[in-house]
Amino acid sequence: MRFFLLALLLVSTPVWAADSLIPKLDIGKGGKCVEEPQWMRKNHMHVLLHQRDETVHQGIRDGKYSLKVCIECHASTKDDSVIGRADSFCEGCHRYEAVKIDCFECHSSKRKSSLAQEASLVQKESK
Amino acid sequence: MQRNSFDRNEQQYFYGMVAAGLLVVAMGLFAAHMMEEHGHIITGMNNQIVWGMPHVFAIFMIVAASGVLNVASIGSVFGKSVYKARAPLASLLSIALLAGGLTVLMLDLGRPDRVIVAATHYNITSVFAWNVLLYTGMFATVVVYLWTMMEQRMNRWTKPAGFVVFAWRFILTTGTGLIFAFLSARQAYGSALLPPMFIVISFAWGLAVFHVVQSSIYAWNGKKHTPEIVSRMKNLLGIFIIGALYLVAAYHLTNLYFAHQSAFERFILVDGGIYPQLFWWGYGLLGNLLPLLLIYTPGLGKPRNVLAASLLVILGGFALLYVFIIGGQAFPLNIFPGYEVKSSFGDGQIGLYQPSLPEFLLGLGGLAIAFLITTIGVRALNFMPHDKPHVVAAGATD
Amino acid sequence: MSDTNVQRRQFLKTSVGAAAVAIAPGMLLFDMAHGKTEAVSSKVRWGMLIDTANCADGCNDCVKACNKENGLSGGLSPTDSQWIRKVELKDMRSGREVSLPMMCQHCAEPPCVDVCPTGASFKRADGIVLVDKHTCIGCRYCMMACPYKARSFVHEPLHDQKPDVPRGKGTVESCTMCVHRVDKGQQPACAEACPNKSILFGNLNDPESEISRKIRTVASTQVRADLELNTGIRYQGI
Repeated sequence: MRFFLLALLLVSTPVWAADSLIPKLDIGKGGKCVEEPQWMRKNHMHVLLHQRDETVHQGIRDGKYSLKVCIECHASTKDDSVIGRADSFCEGCHRYEAVKIDCFECHSSKRKSSLAQEASLVQKESK
Repeated sequence: MQRNSFDRNEQQYFYGMVAAGLLVVAMGLFAAHMMEEHGHIITGMNNQIVWGMPHVFAIFMIVAASGVLNVASIGSVFGKSVYKARAPLASLLSIALLAGGLTVLMLDLGRPDRVIVAATHYNITSVFAWNVLLYTGMFATVVVYLWTMMEQRMNRWTKPAGFVVFAWRFILTTGTGLIFAFLSARQAYGSALLPPMFIVISFAWGLAVFHVVQSSIYAWNGKKHTPEIVSRMKNLLGIFIIGALYLVAAYHLTNLYFAHQSAFERFILVDGGIYPQLFWWGYGLLGNLLPLLLIYTPGLGKPRNVLAASLLVILGGFALLYVFIIGGQAFPLNIFPGYEVKSSFGDGQIGLYQPSLPEFLLGLGGLAIAFLITTIGVRALNFMPHDKPHVVAAGATD
Repeated sequence: MSDTNVQRRQFLKTSVGAAAVAIAPGMLLFDMAHGKTEAVSSKVRWGMLIDTANCADGCNDCVKACNKENGLSGGLSPTDSQWIRKVELKDMRSGREVSLPMMCQHCAEPPCVDVCPTGASFKRADGIVLVDKHTCIGCRYCMMACPYKARSFVHEPLHDQKPDVPRGKGTVESCTMCVHRVDKGQQPACAEACPNKSILFGNLNDPESEISRKIRTVASTQVRADLELNTGIRYQGI
């Protein structure tokens, strides 16, 4: 009986702990995404893959699902990056799911126009 | 035979050897891991010498893997029974060397994690891509060939399987030669002589490797060499060494004849520093002259001498590949014929290359993989050449 | 064959046709609404004409512009990437000296593309030769095959790449003819930066383009023309 209870405890632990482990993401500017968030969670890799081939090989650069556009919106407002921290937009979720992100060994993880810099400038000015 | 301490401890010796092999493999894997972690900056390779020590090891093993099958082909295709008895061991060695060589080649990639891309994205015009097929096909055909030899019910298929292997390894070594032969812009490569040169070289290296392994197995099992067989195989080795030497000489002579190649030949054969040294002393003296003396001098040519000759041929092979692969890249590309050039990117300058420890470890790791497969294979299955007494007698005459 | 069958076929044909007519404009509109540009086409072939007479000895502006545009370190060690470099030539017989920029020659028959096992080296329809770093496995066979020493291998992990120019450790790279700028209708950075306007960029396939007209009137050469690779970069004065 004791063994059974112990086993039950072991099995159920991840379930009640899971809620607190779900990553709280810093979604940057946020706002309306190109698709429904739930759909994007499931399919972002497919659309990125498809569009990457079009961009690299055919020079079609204004498609809807651009990694650069993802980063432009979703990079953190604090450090302008989608990786590097536990709550970073890309890395937070990927750490949780234990899926390696290959993108940022080559692609910049930062937005082009720095929000963090602007924010710090505004702060300085208001002081 | 009386039991000595070796017989009593034979088991321990075997495990000791396996452990040593595993250790070297582990060091090789560690080197590969470091190369992936830090990038190729920790190797001696750079933008001028893009292929280095790992490629010397890998190409030696791949070429030898094809050549060692010669022993099997002489048995299965040409029906010589002395060689037939050695075909299973030759096939095992071929698989082992191929596995070692390909592992080195794969782990040296800039992105070894993406090696699967090589299978999913296939460029039909690339010799490299053809070789991917040739190597996998080689594994498959040799495994089938081995199976027909070791499973008695399959024995009647040995001859056709032997033919397929025979043809396949010719194409495979041609493919290896073509990797270089298609580089038309490089002075060192881009010659139609390279595929046949690689094929004949593979005979010599393969037979040398076979001799070394066979001698080790004989010594391990306290078995004596049969003089008739040693004499036959040493003569064959001698012929292969001379054949390889002939093609290497032909390659350099044709280059010497073309005026626009003479600067390159001068570099490789005379004033290129380490490369002529390795070519003349390493390949010429150690890899050809000494082995031929050991084989053909009257009174020599005993099993001990043949073993030494084989080891020297292997050493000479590494020297030749170093000169061919690294020396060939060190000589600057002739982008502007008729001009003296200089730039920040090494134009017109001899490329510098200093092989680094991780490269050696990776290469040795590949050799250790071949060693492990052979050692374990020979112990687990019956690869020992079994010469029937009447075959030995006939072997001297057929 | 029965009448009903024929009728059914007729019906199917008409309805499919009608559906196509109804849907097609919608699809067209959809594409336009999303502003999807057309894929690059072989009607264009981008190229450059480099006038070595105007290329100043010791001037490095094109190299600097390239490094800045593409986020290269500018380091000169044998393991550093150099997409464009200045080469100083001296004619061995006459002693005449020439200085010129050297980079990927964007061949019509690129050896790097032929030898690449995975097809990562490829030529765009408009003649720009690129490396698809998503499929490059880092075998360096293209570097062996290139007659111009135009390619570099990334030997170290990189950080803070330019958003428009992804580059990464373990892959091969070379001059992209600033493809990200060209696709926006701009010139490559080197052409724009040259103080003497020695680098003329344009469409070799358009007979009315400035580059085509100039190639018709002045003598130009391709480097290693003997290899018959039909390079997109042409030189004057060598």
